[in-house]
Amino acid sequence: MKLRLHTTPEVPLEAEVISPDALQGLSESEAALLPIYHGNRKVGLGEFFEISGRVDESEGVVEVEGDLSRVKLIGHSMSAGRLVIHGSVGAHLGASMKGGEIHVSGDAADWVGREMSGGRIVIQGNAGHMVGSAVRGSSAGVQGGEIIIHGNALNEVGNGMRRGLIAVGGNTHDFTGVNMLAGTIVVLGRLGMRPGAGMVRGSIVAMERTECLPTFTYNSTIQPDFIRFYLFHLRKLGMSIKDEFINGQYERWSGDSLELNKGEILMYAG
Amino acid sequence: MYIQSTEIIDTFAEAFKMCAARMVITAENEKWASAAGRSVTGFATSVIGCKCEAGVEARLAADETPDGRPGISVLLFGFSPDGIGKRLVERIGQCVMTCPTTACFNGLDGGEMVVVGGKLRYFGDGYQASKLVGDRRLWRIPVMEGEFLIDESFGVQPAVGGGNILILGRDARSTLEAAEAAAEAMRIPGVILPFPDGIVRSGSKPGSKYKELPASTNDAYCPSLRGAAPKTALPEDVRCVLEIVIDGLTEAAVRESMRRGIRAAAREGIVQISAGNYGGNLGQFKIRLNELVQGAAAA
Repeated sequence: MKLRLHTTPEVPLEAEVISPDALQGLSESEAALLPIYHGNRKVGLGEFFEISGRVDESEGVVEVEGDLSRVKLIGHSMSAGRLVIHGSVGAHLGASMKGGEIHVSGDAADWVGREMSGGRIVIQGNAGHMVGSAVRGSSAGVQGGEIIIHGNALNEVGNGMRRGLIAVGGNTHDFTGVNMLAGTIVVLGRLGMRPGAGMVRGSIVAMERTECLPTFTYNSTIQPDFIRFYLFHLRKLGMSIKDEFINGQYERWSGDSLELNKGEILMYAG
Repeated sequence: MYIQSTEIIDTFAEAFKMCAARMVITAENEKWASAAGRSVTGFATSVIGCKCEAGVEARLAADETPDGRPGISVLLFGFSPDGIGKRLVERIGQCVMTCPTTACFNGLDGGEMVVVGGKLRYFGDGYQASKLVGDRRLWRIPVMEGEFLIDESFGVQPAVGGGNILILGRDARSTLEAAEAAAEAMRIPGVILPFPDGIVRSGSKPGSKYKELPASTNDAYCPSLRGAAPKTALPEDVRCVLEIVIDGLTEAAVRESMRRGIRAAAREGIVQISAGNYGGNLGQFKIRLNELVQGAAAA
């Protein structure tokens, strides 16, 4: 099935129904009646999208085209299939996602994959704040699955993350891995300020050195095999990984000592 | 049936249903991967005496392993998934985790999963950490040299153990040379030859005059007992017998390995090639030597 945005919304659309789960088995006319919110007004999907074809049962592919930067919640609670977005997309992409794969050829706004528990989200461009994070007031963020950002990401990547993998091909801004409970964040560029603040467990791996908080302690410079494992995994997923990162040594800092002190920041040391 | 001057006896190898796991052991270089492989497959020639049978299946290039380092694959055979799980914990814990620079991964897709790294992790005394990549959970166990990385669980699949050929030669030297050539040819993916460098000289029969022993020397194939044992299976001109035992992930792999072994061993100086069986009463697989050779000729 293909969806093409034919009318640019004046205010954000909330379109949770754009997912293979919701569209599976529906005809074009049935899909056009699925409810979405234009601001606080409930409208049919067809008021903004031109719909063609059906979702094939074997692969469950849904393609979406147009300037989707004001369309939020695409792929919400998605459990299977493949969602291909040609262009950029709005906030809360793949929120509470459980399975399947979302691929975005452009950029994504804030809250990519917030509180997801499975599946994979791939963003070819940049992402906004709060990638893979918990919503405010919630104790845990990502609980499984993978988020792959080929570009940069802004603040609070992996806030409250409990499980899974977030990989960023470029840089991240401040508070990467803040309040992290477990899981793995790999940043192929530079971390912003105060990475891992309040982290309990988990790993933040970065390829450029950043000043750690005083509540982190330098352990040693080592070559952990799990980093090689992850970098090979990311290379297979299409990320550009330099050989020197795979074969390199990493400074290991443990923290946050204000919490359990069982988290770690590993920074490439050559 | 003859291959050159070697007679292929019209008999069968009697093989058994077993279970198997595959370890992929990686290390900083081939030297240390091999060191771990030698250690983890030590004292694992026969399930009767060693509780398992194990051997190095193949050497792996860096691009064939999960962490991009040189490695080896090791197959370990036993009679139950539970037993294999125990052997893996013992052997990986003592022989791989202890070996510098190594990591150890599950090498089978599917099968019944047995917890291995999930038990060895306690060596980390609370400093261990797990990593979940997709559905695969790994454990990082801190050690004095750095970290030991291991899969939480290993797959165990149905397998075939006890395929064999007997090489009956005119003298010790030519028999050993033929056995060496056969063992070299028989190492294919999916099989191991669990005895020293693949060859066993002390083939056994079930039972013994001593009731405590489950197996004893195969007197019918001992040249030195030709006149003393109740019966002999050896022609007059045979003075040495060597056996090659094969365990495989599938019956097809065992058959192909045996076929290659027969072809490689048949030569001047080898009087007969035979196989060990128990009259067909114990094993679930009967692999007839003539079928293997005829199949090869037909192919």
